[in-house]
Amino acid sequence: MSERPEHYRYTKSHEWVAPQDDGTVAVGITDHAQSSLGDLVFVELPDTGASFNAADQVAVVESVKAASDIHAPVAGEVVSVNSALDDAPEQVNEDPFGEGWLFTLKLESSDAVESLLDASAYQEVVDADE
Amino acid sequence: MGKHTPLYDEHVNLGAKLVDFAGWDMPINYGSQISEHNAVREHAGMFDVSHMTVVDIQGAGARDFLRFVLANDVAKIDGDGKALYTCMLNPRGGVVDDLIVYHVAGDWYRAVVNAATTEKDVAWMQSQTGEFDVQVNQREGFSILAVQGPAARELVKDQLDSDLAERSMSLKPFQVAAQGDWTVGRTGYTGEDGFEMALPADAAVDFWRSLVDAGVTPVGLGARDTLRLEGGLNLYGHDMDDDHSPLIAALGWTVAFEPTDRAFIGREALEFEREQGVKHKLVPVLLEGRGVLREGAAVRNEGNEKYADPAADDVPGVLTSGSYSPTLERSIGLARVPSDWDGERVEIGVRGKWQSARVVKTPFVRQGKIKVSLD
Repeated sequence: MSERPEHYRYTKSHEWVAPQDDGTVAVGITDHAQSSLGDLVFVELPDTGASFNAADQVAVVESVKAASDIHAPVAGEVVSVNSALDDAPEQVNEDPFGEGWLFTLKLESSDAVESLLDASAYQEVVDADE
Repeated sequence: MGKHTPLYDEHVNLGAKLVDFAGWDMPINYGSQISEHNAVREHAGMFDVSHMTVVDIQGAGARDFLRFVLANDVAKIDGDGKALYTCMLNPRGGVVDDLIVYHVAGDWYRAVVNAATTEKDVAWMQSQTGEFDVQVNQREGFSILAVQGPAARELVKDQLDSDLAERSMSLKPFQVAAQGDWTVGRTGYTGEDGFEMALPADAAVDFWRSLVDAGVTPVGLGARDTLRLEGGLNLYGHDMDDDHSPLIAALGWTVAFEPTDRAFIGREALEFEREQGVKHKLVPVLLEGRGVLREGAAVRNEGNEKYADPAADDVPGVLTSGSYSPTLERSIGLARVPSDWDGERVEIGVRGKWQSARVVKTPFVRQGKIKVSLD
């Protein structure tokens, strides 16, 4: 079970947001999310350059069991996507907080991230889920 | 809390994710469904299917009774030690259940029936005994294990008593060996070689652990479903049920219409259905693009613009089974469509859009080898 990074931010819908040095944020799904979904077999990623509002549907992760929409945790423009997942979606299962990142966003507003859950608030969401 | 098999604690200790299955807490996977699936294709895996039920059919009239109540003909397994896959039908020709019946010895037959249908099956059989000299008994105290894969038989052999081991290894497909309360059948539900066995519940934990130690991978019900689907094997309640006959579920080969003087439940309905023309058929499909086929998805014949919306409920075809195939790394399924569709392709609703799928032949995979063209 991978550790939930303390400096990441989280959403109630089990996405994580990791601030990068260049001011962008990386987005992925949490360990709890990948574990509930089971083995991922397809990941559908957005086009780079596309802009999204917070809560817009951005990507789809699909497991043997179910498909799940991924929403933009914050508003922004897609800077890069993890195209390695096209051939190796299992990276999301194996390393959800690292190699399994989905895409990066250039933020519309840099303080939007602050309104997301911190690690302990997200833990409460997970506990309530179980 | 659901019912627990004798191996429940083993599953928990192995880190299984448990789900409710017909009232039983059963392992859906032990971490990765796909690696469990691959273990069966490449080496050996085992399934706890103790939620299924052993039903013994015994008595001087057992053979005649089974020839009446089952659509396949147990006369094919005269002589001891053979097994037969069959449907049990209602008078309308719908499928009450599908099952394997083992001719253990003499006038003793043993059926293994699905968990979700156990009560219905046993009540149905008992209601049909009539004048037959037969007892139908649901047995308790058994554990049922399926051990499947290219190495499965060798690995099981080493854990059996020497006499049973020797007889088990000499079994041909669809033969069964029995010793006391142990039965070992060379049958399965994966498209691989292997055994399905019933053993006393109090022996189950030791036997399971010895197989784990021998390198047999515990496999959950998730991979059981993808394995059987790759094997082109129907799942009861999905691909056929009380309202859908074996003739539309690609199970016509399991119905013994010969000899013509054998009266069996459902015969008249099936003969009528055949005379009228069977309206639907079940076809195996391979999705050409990415995405995962899901049970219940709409199916239309290629380019039929009359059905624009895959979510509409008047689309003439339906996917009765669908999943991602770990061996093919593509999506596969079984589609129930009108009999007169004869195109090479159909279109299936995948997340709100029509996607092209090729009609193929089963099995998709057999003994580790891909049997359909992926191009």
